[in-house]
Amino acid sequence: MSEVTDIGLWGVPLAIIGGAIRVSTPFLFVSLGECITERSGRINLGLEGTLIFGAMSGYAIAVNTQSPWFGVLGAAFFGMIFGLFHGWVCKFKGVNDIAIGIAMMLLGSGLAFFFGKPYIQPVAPDLPAISFGWWSDIEQVRAALQVNVLFIIGLVIALFLAWGFKSTKIGLTVRVVGDSTDAARAIGLEPDKIRLLSTAAGGALAGIGGAYLSLYYPGSWNEGISSGQGLMAVALVIFARWNPINCFWVALLFGGAGALGPALQSVGISQGYYLFFAAPYVLTLGLLIATSSPNKAMESAPGELSITK
Amino acid sequence: MIKKNFTRRTFLGTSATALGATALATSGLTGFASAADLTVGFIYVGPKDDFGYNQAHAEGAAAVKAMAGVTVIEEENVPETVDVQNTMESMINFDGATLLFPTSFGYFDPHILEIAPKHPNVRFQHAAGLWSADKHPMNVGSYFGYIGMGQYLNGITAGHATKTKKIGFVAAKPIPQVLLNINSFLLGARQVDPEITCQVIFTGEWSLAVKEAEATNALADQGCDVITCHVDGPKVVMETAAGRDAFVCGYHANQGPLAPEKYLTGAEWNWASIYTGMVKTVQDGGSIDNFVRGGLAEDFIKMSPLGPAVSDAARAQFDATKAQIMAGGFAAIKGPLKDNKGNVIATDGQSFVETDIALESMDYLVEGVIGSIS
Repeated sequence: MSEVTDIGLWGVPLAIIGGAIRVSTPFLFVSLGECITERSGRINLGLEGTLIFGAMSGYAIAVNTQSPWFGVLGAAFFGMIFGLFHGWVCKFKGVNDIAIGIAMMLLGSGLAFFFGKPYIQPVAPDLPAISFGWWSDIEQVRAALQVNVLFIIGLVIALFLAWGFKSTKIGLTVRVVGDSTDAARAIGLEPDKIRLLSTAAGGALAGIGGAYLSLYYPGSWNEGISSGQGLMAVALVIFARWNPINCFWVALLFGGAGALGPALQSVGISQGYYLFFAAPYVLTLGLLIATSSPNKAMESAPGELSITK
Repeated sequence: MIKKNFTRRTFLGTSATALGATALATSGLTGFASAADLTVGFIYVGPKDDFGYNQAHAEGAAAVKAMAGVTVIEEENVPETVDVQNTMESMINFDGATLLFPTSFGYFDPHILEIAPKHPNVRFQHAAGLWSADKHPMNVGSYFGYIGMGQYLNGITAGHATKTKKIGFVAAKPIPQVLLNINSFLLGARQVDPEITCQVIFTGEWSLAVKEAEATNALADQGCDVITCHVDGPKVVMETAAGRDAFVCGYHANQGPLAPEKYLTGAEWNWASIYTGMVKTVQDGGSIDNFVRGGLAEDFIKMSPLGPAVSDAARAQFDATKAQIMAGGFAAIKGPLKDNKGNVIATDGQSFVETDIALESMDYLVEGVIGSIS
C-alpha cells in the first residue's frame, strides 16, 4: 500500500463526494430512463426488475465474452426488451401501467435470479474508470476520483436529453404525447407507438444502470445486488421534476447521502448509525416538502401521467 | 427451487420413512430401521454459492449428500419471514424431511419456535446460540462454532501485516457473535502490537452489497490497511478492499481466490464434518445433543491456507497460537480488559475461555475498537 495520509474528518466530505460518484450511476441511468418514459405519459415501475436483470445479463455476457462493454450492450438490449413488453401490454384498454410495472419488477428479478445462478461465482472483467485524481498525491483523493466511464456517459445523456426535449422534433413529440393524448392524435401522432418506444428507451437505460452495479460497483453479481435503487430512481424522477439535468444532481445527492452513514462511522461518529442510513430518505422528504406548494399542481408534470391526473 | 427429482416413488418412500421414523420416535425404539432413507432439509437465507455464510453451510450439505441412505433437499434465498415457515412445512409434509437445518440466525424466533411444536418428530437444528432448555422445545437444537478464535488468528496475521496500525471490520449487525468476532480480531492483532486499533462499520443488514462496498472504502480512506468482515457474502468486501490495496482476512468460507495476493488467511466454517456427524447420529438411531459447540480442535472451524503476503514471523506466531487454541482452554477475552467506553470487562487474572457461555451474550466492544453498537 502506498503511503497513507491521515485525513481524519476530511474523510467525511471525501466519502460523500466519492460515494456520490460511485453510487449515483445506477440512480442516474434508471432515472433518466424513467424520465423519458414518464415524459411520454407512462410510468414504468418495473425498472427495478429491469435493473436487476440488466445486472445479471450484463455480468453473464461479460463473463462469457470477457468484455465488459458487450455486457453493457447486452444489458441495454434486455432492458429494451423489458421496456418493449411493458409498452406493448400497456397499449391495451383497461391495463394499468403501474400494476404492470409491479408485475414486471417481480418478473425481472425472478428471471434474473433464475438465469443468474451459474454466474454468482465467476469473476467478470470490470468496466474501466478514468482517474481524475492525478493532481493529488493523497491516495484517498485519487481513489475517490476514480470516475467510471458510464458515469460520464450518463452525464452526457442527461445533457443530451435536456437539449433533446427542448429543441428536437423527437423530444417535442414525446412531450406532446405525454401532455395530451388527444392533442397528439389531432396532429397525427400515434401515442401508443411513441410510448412504446419511450418505454423501450427507458428500459435500455435502466439495463445499463444494472450493468454498472454488477460490472463496476460493487462489481459482482449476486441476488442482493440491488437494494431498491431502481424503485428509488423512479421516485427521483418526480423529485427532479422530470428534468434530466435535475436527475443528474438528484442522483449525485442520493449517492452522496448514502455514503454518509459508513463515512461517519469510520471517523468514530457511530451513535445512531441506523438514523444516518436513513439520510437519503429523510433528505428526499425534506426537500419534497420544502419545494412543494399547496396552491399549484406539480409544475412540469406530464399531463397524461396517471399519478398526476 | 427445491433441488430434487420428485417422483411418486420418492414421495412414497419418504412418506414411509417419515411414518417409520414417527413410529420409532414415539415408541422409543432405535436401531433396526435406521439405515433407511433419511431426508434432510437445508434452508439458506441467500444464494448457496455466495462465497460466504450460505456457501459454508451448502458445502456441509454437499458432504451429507454424499452419504449413503440420505436424501438432501435444499432451498435458498428464503427470507427470515413467514416464508421460512412455509418452506419448513413443505419440506416436512411433502418431502418427508425429519431433520432440518434452517441455517440463518433470524429463522429461530419466531419461525422455528412456531413450527417445531407442531412437528414433535422432526428435529430442527439451528446454527446460533439461541436455544435454551427452559424456554424452547426439545426437538430444537443449537449448534455453533467458536469462530471468534478464527478471527483471533486472523487478527494475528493482520497485526503483522498492518503498517498504519489501523485495521478495519465491516460488520452486519451488533449481535453477540459479531461483537465477539470484532473483539477477537482486534485482540489477536494486539498480541502483535498493543497500539493497533480496529475501526468497525455496521451496515445494519446481512447482505447489502453497495453499503458494504461503501463501508470498505470508508475504512480504506481512514487508513485501515487490513480489512475483514462479518456479513453473509464477503465477496464485495474482499474485492473492494483488495482494489484499494488493503490486505484482507476472510470469513465464513475461503475467499482466497478473490484476492490471491492480498488474502492473509480466513476463518472458515467446517460444517462438513459436523453435519455428517449429526446425520450419522440420527441414522444410528441416536439423538443429537440440543447444545453442540466446538472450535478448531473439534473441526467446527478451520483456517484458510496462509497467503503469500504472510511473513515468516507472522506464520510462526499464527502456528504457535493455533496450537494453543487446539490444546483447549484458550481465552482471547482476558483481563485486564476494558470495553471502549471504559467499563471493566475482566479484571487482572480473570478470563473467559472460548467455551464460556457468557461470551454468547456479549454486548460490548473492547478498548481499541472504534465504533459503537447502537
